[in-house]
Amino acid sequence: MSWLTNRVLPKIGLGRRKDGPDNLWEKCRACGQMVFHRDLEQSFRVCPHCDHHMRLTASQRLELLFDDGVFERLKTPQPPMDPLKFKDSRRYPDQIKDARSAAEADFAVEAGLGRIGGQSVVVAAQNFFFMGGSVSPGEGEAIVAAAERAVQEDAALIVCAASGGMRMQEGILSLMQMPRTTVAIQRLKEKGLPYISVLTDPTTGGTTASFAMIGDVAIAEPGALIGFAGPRVIEQTIREQLPDGFQRAEYLLEHGMVDMVVHRHELADTLGRILSLMREPVVAPPASLPPPEPVVIPEPDADSELMNTEPDSAEDDAGEVPEKSS
Amino acid sequence: MQTYLDFEKPLAELEGKVRELQHLAQTNEATDIDAEVDTLRGKASKLLADTYKTLTPWQKTQVARHPERPHTSHYIDALITDFTPLAGDRSYGDDKALIGGMGRFRGRSVMILGTEKGHSTEGRVKHNFGMARPEGYRKAQRLMRMAERFGMPILTFVDTAGAYPGVGAEERGQAEAIARSVEVCLNVKVPIIAVIIGEGGSGGAVALAVGDRVMMLEHSIYSVISPEACSSILFKTSDRAIDAAEALKLTAQDLKRLRVADQVIPEPVGGAHRDAAATMMRVGDAIADALSMFRDMADDQLLERRRDKFLTIGRMPV
Repeated sequence: MSWLTNRVLPKIGLGRRKDGPDNLWEKCRACGQMVFHRDLEQSFRVCPHCDHHMRLTASQRLELLFDDGVFERLKTPQPPMDPLKFKDSRRYPDQIKDARSAAEADFAVEAGLGRIGGQSVVVAAQNFFFMGGSVSPGEGEAIVAAAERAVQEDAALIVCAASGGMRMQEGILSLMQMPRTTVAIQRLKEKGLPYISVLTDPTTGGTTASFAMIGDVAIAEPGALIGFAGPRVIEQTIREQLPDGFQRAEYLLEHGMVDMVVHRHELADTLGRILSLMREPVVAPPASLPPPEPVVIPEPDADSELMNTEPDSAEDDAGEVPEKSS
Repeated sequence: MQTYLDFEKPLAELEGKVRELQHLAQTNEATDIDAEVDTLRGKASKLLADTYKTLTPWQKTQVARHPERPHTSHYIDALITDFTPLAGDRSYGDDKALIGGMGRFRGRSVMILGTEKGHSTEGRVKHNFGMARPEGYRKAQRLMRMAERFGMPILTFVDTAGAYPGVGAEERGQAEAIARSVEVCLNVKVPIIAVIIGEGGSGGAVALAVGDRVMMLEHSIYSVISPEACSSILFKTSDRAIDAAEALKLTAQDLKRLRVADQVIPEPVGGAHRDAAATMMRVGDAIADALSMFRDMADDQLLERRRDKFLTIGRMPV
């Protein structure tokens, strides 16, 4: 019997749903080469010609990361709808309705509970195809719920960012998702649980300026645009050409803003390894390596203080060390 | 010389006439002028009161940005004694858009932080028009942690169009600096009292406004995006800022209703810039009341209350 309930089996098709003749080939925006849709699905939308990382939906992201693509989908409670009665060219509830039917999801964040490299983890993924991945109270709630569930399950939390920032149509309440998500993540961190942020193309605005940048470890996907202000805004402000590669993942790595840039095909393995290092302080050494040299510890005096205090101090530390989940 | 906003044009004419007549009265012997001046002055003050009673969101935006509105440095001068400015983030530089230091508020040592827009042209450039860079937010984090060490309540004054969008700011981690400031606000175990005194511009404002009590001046604004930027993104034109201001619900009154602001501090008739001293006194009294609310609260209780307060914003229908 699996410990997972409501398990979501991986879908085979990651590409476009409509399988008309138009959609069999897709043009890579980076190199311009045509890619066969099945090749693109197999490579998780990484161009086989130039390695360009195309954007993933939240569902594709969850399938990519969880072991065997298996996870329990988390439900997000529905917050009050359209609190501002917002209207631009159209009413906001109508825009939401369209976004929901196009994305086949209720929110621009989807979350799941499962395992990565055997490690128990909750992943919340933003969906840039849902109103630009913008964060309203609904998306904030999804991240808060994901963090709270991770605490309940003694699991790590990973957020995969892909977002233009906070959603204008819910105004100040969207902006308040910056402190809201921060509180939920702080409470998770204080339980000794790891929080890893994965920054994908694009991550800007209030998303970057809150949960995306407070990870214990920050991982970016190659070529991803990551920043606070968008490049167009900066260009208009300073009226200068921006430097080459500005706000791209590699640029951020060079400026010390992320820990690593990781190819999508190595992302799950990397996350699994990091989580294992954080949560399994000791594992059996690999069989191929010779056993470690025995460490010679000088005999302490029978009445030394060290002898007496050692067990106590070890106990004090126990609260700080995250225990491996069962 | 008073600066008039575009919607104050009738007022400007009326007050101009009053000044003219007053001048005449001083130089002439005509006796019937005094009565005339009084009537006009009465009319002008009624017009002022009426205008400010019914400001639209866009008009409030203009008042919130009024160049003669008192800024953070004015509040420090008026409310803080023994002010000791502190500078620098200890890793890159000192950002004058975000000023801070220790001082005494009505006898109590406090840490003060605020975005400063500057007054003269020179001052505005020096303070980068109140738009902070990462150094500013890192200085804020440093001072908030220091305040916690010495049990000083933190007072923040928010008045910024937003964090500065520039190449250097991005390279030095503008987003990270803001994110960590929010985190520190939600970590320190001393009271944080935040006052939006003018413009609360998006993430650059949130970084200083995650407080136990968030107060807004009557004609201040606080928004996820400026009405101008919202107009150009959502309305696809830059000249629908008036509609965007309306739609964004960014006034102090809206924010009180949405439970983001805990309290609205009334401004003198005609706005804070018409009577800066009275405005600052009212803000001082509101800060004193807020501080007394948290005086007897235990550190942990205070922090958990603050976290829960932000966690529940927007969860309930308004």
